[in-house]
Amino acid sequence: MRFSDYCSLTLVIGLFILAALLPLIPDSDYLMSLALPIAMYTVLATSWALFSGPTHYISLATGAFYGVGAYVVGTGIEFIPYPVLLLIAGFSGIVLAGLVGIATLRLSGVYFVIFTLGLAELIRQLVTWIQNNFTGSRGLYVLTDITENYIYWQLIALTALVFLVGWLIKRSRLGFALRIIGNDELVAGHCGINSAGCKVILFMVSGCFAAVVGAVMAPRFTYIEPSMAFSPELSFQVVIMALLGGVHRLWGPLVGVIPFTLLWEVIASSFPTQTVLLLGVSFLLIVYFIPDGVVGRLEDLVKSMRLARPGSNRG
Amino acid sequence: MKQLTQLIILIGAMFFAGLSSAAEPIKIGAVAPKTGPLAGGAAITQWPNIQLWAHQINARGGLKMSDGSKRPVEIIEYDDRTNPAETIKAVQRLATKDKADFIVAPYGTGLNLASAPIFAKYGYPHIAVSAITDKTGELTKRYPSMFFTLGTTTAFASSVVDILKAMRDAGEINNRVAMVNVADAFGIELADSARPIFKAAGFELVFDKSYPLGTQDLSPIIKGAKAASPTSFVAWSYPPDTFALTELAKIENLDVKAFYTAVATCFPAYAGKFGASIEGNLGAGGVNPDAPELQDYYKSHKEVTGKDADYWAGPVTYASLQVLEQAIEGVGNTDRAAVTQYIKDNSFKTVMGDWKFNNQVIDQYWTVGQWQGGKFYGVGSTGKAGQKKAVIKKGW
Repeated sequence: MRFSDYCSLTLVIGLFILAALLPLIPDSDYLMSLALPIAMYTVLATSWALFSGPTHYISLATGAFYGVGAYVVGTGIEFIPYPVLLLIAGFSGIVLAGLVGIATLRLSGVYFVIFTLGLAELIRQLVTWIQNNFTGSRGLYVLTDITENYIYWQLIALTALVFLVGWLIKRSRLGFALRIIGNDELVAGHCGINSAGCKVILFMVSGCFAAVVGAVMAPRFTYIEPSMAFSPELSFQVVIMALLGGVHRLWGPLVGVIPFTLLWEVIASSFPTQTVLLLGVSFLLIVYFIPDGVVGRLEDLVKSMRLARPGSNRG
Repeated sequence: MKQLTQLIILIGAMFFAGLSSAAEPIKIGAVAPKTGPLAGGAAITQWPNIQLWAHQINARGGLKMSDGSKRPVEIIEYDDRTNPAETIKAVQRLATKDKADFIVAPYGTGLNLASAPIFAKYGYPHIAVSAITDKTGELTKRYPSMFFTLGTTTAFASSVVDILKAMRDAGEINNRVAMVNVADAFGIELADSARPIFKAAGFELVFDKSYPLGTQDLSPIIKGAKAASPTSFVAWSYPPDTFALTELAKIENLDVKAFYTAVATCFPAYAGKFGASIEGNLGAGGVNPDAPELQDYYKSHKEVTGKDADYWAGPVTYASLQVLEQAIEGVGNTDRAAVTQYIKDNSFKTVMGDWKFNNQVIDQYWTVGQWQGGKFYGVGSTGKAGQKKAVIKKGW
């Protein structure tokens, strides 16, 4: 590693420690109510971008994995210790993503998008059917002593993990293969890359994180309803946030999640009766004015600053 | 002379200080759906009652404090889009940023339970209305400032069975019951607890099916139920399917002596849509609309909000606000811990009759109502006065 790598590593670790210390600040409750969704969406959007960034496959299945994770906790919380449930949830996410991936990732583009959109609804009906016929009201209530702060710390730890995994993948043969697939799948095939296999593995990583987030969030809602756990809104929001940030950098989704959550909060608190309308308008404006995402804008800005300082870059 | 001027200034200052503190409103937060799946129900049950309550308090000058002053109420509203994550955020915002003095309980079981830890954390009395669960014991132990007013799942199911039992014992119906439920949280819970109760009462479930939430075509359900030739039809349904099932039963002429649909049967829009054909229909909830305090309530609800109130959770929502109102006035200030204790220790005069919380739960409530002569009368309850006798349905 070069010296600058150590610098950025120290910076990243420092930022994580600062984020983790947030709940300890007195009177930070309002801040926490914003930090928790930011942490949650950061994990979801970053893990989404791990798969969708290099492959350009738009997945709308986040809600499905999230819901499965939430239901694993809802069903098992009375008999199985919570940390074990997190593992089971992650494993369920991997298995589900593997099955879906094998079935669909040979297809390209739009077929995949539509299938993933339908997946959340499919799983939701399946869970409801199981509940209706076998388990009854079990799995609805998650009564635990896990407080908001613990949920937040778990999410921060997950964020660190997703960044680590993303960094490792990018430096690995798998990451290199994915970049080739993203640029031209045909070329990748001719180079001898098993493109379907690579995509399935990445999809499993992404699904695993979404399921664990669902499991971590379940105690916060106390009462798990299918309509809430498998909400298509969640899948869309993750995509919008990731695209707003930019998907070709690991930290891209993060810079989308933060402004989006803050904007959302400002609109929800200042215009309580027109929230949905104003959110729609801001989507339009974002797509119109920031088509390459915040990262793209930042990079343009850096570039133009370098050009404006003559002699700084060229000898 | 100088001293006199000072005295006059002092008195003047005190007067103005007194005035300004008297005019300072009590901030009441309200979080409920204005958009999303539960928005329709909240627009009938939740929002108009908050509006009516605030209007009536401010019309009489405000809530009386122990120092004799009166403070009006100011309502701060947020839309949670029927999303528990938004409910949590909005309640937290009310508690920490808006510094609301009190917060009205959200709408819906899931949204109430999701926000319960936040209410408890900041010590807000949480008088839940639209939250029906069998876990009241566990939840009230966990959240010492949470109160339940509408009833438990099992009570709703067993009340329906009791009414059918009485009809069967009178020789009006036989053992054959068709039961359907919406495959969603509340529908599953109700069907789950009803099944063993029906069996124990010696009924035969000749048709027992569920349908997914949001099903557009329910005619297979009604046709299937009809083919099983039951004398009673029980649907643990949500608002959209309550309307759809009733309409289809009418079209298919489902000839049963007892026809029950759960949520929204008590809505004025239900009578508005089906007119006289729903005479004898049974549904969840009910009130005693002939009670004088309720007649006043229905009149002012119509005057202030321009809408008719429903015959169940609407008046209970208003009653929960009356509890808050009487507790604040009883304590004489906005000390939330004292107000919560006051609610636990005292009884309250409400539009739903006298209320006294027993371990944070109202255990006398209406469970089954029936449309009789254009009004939805309570015919089943856990010990409410003014209960009417359920009659059999005579065709559509």
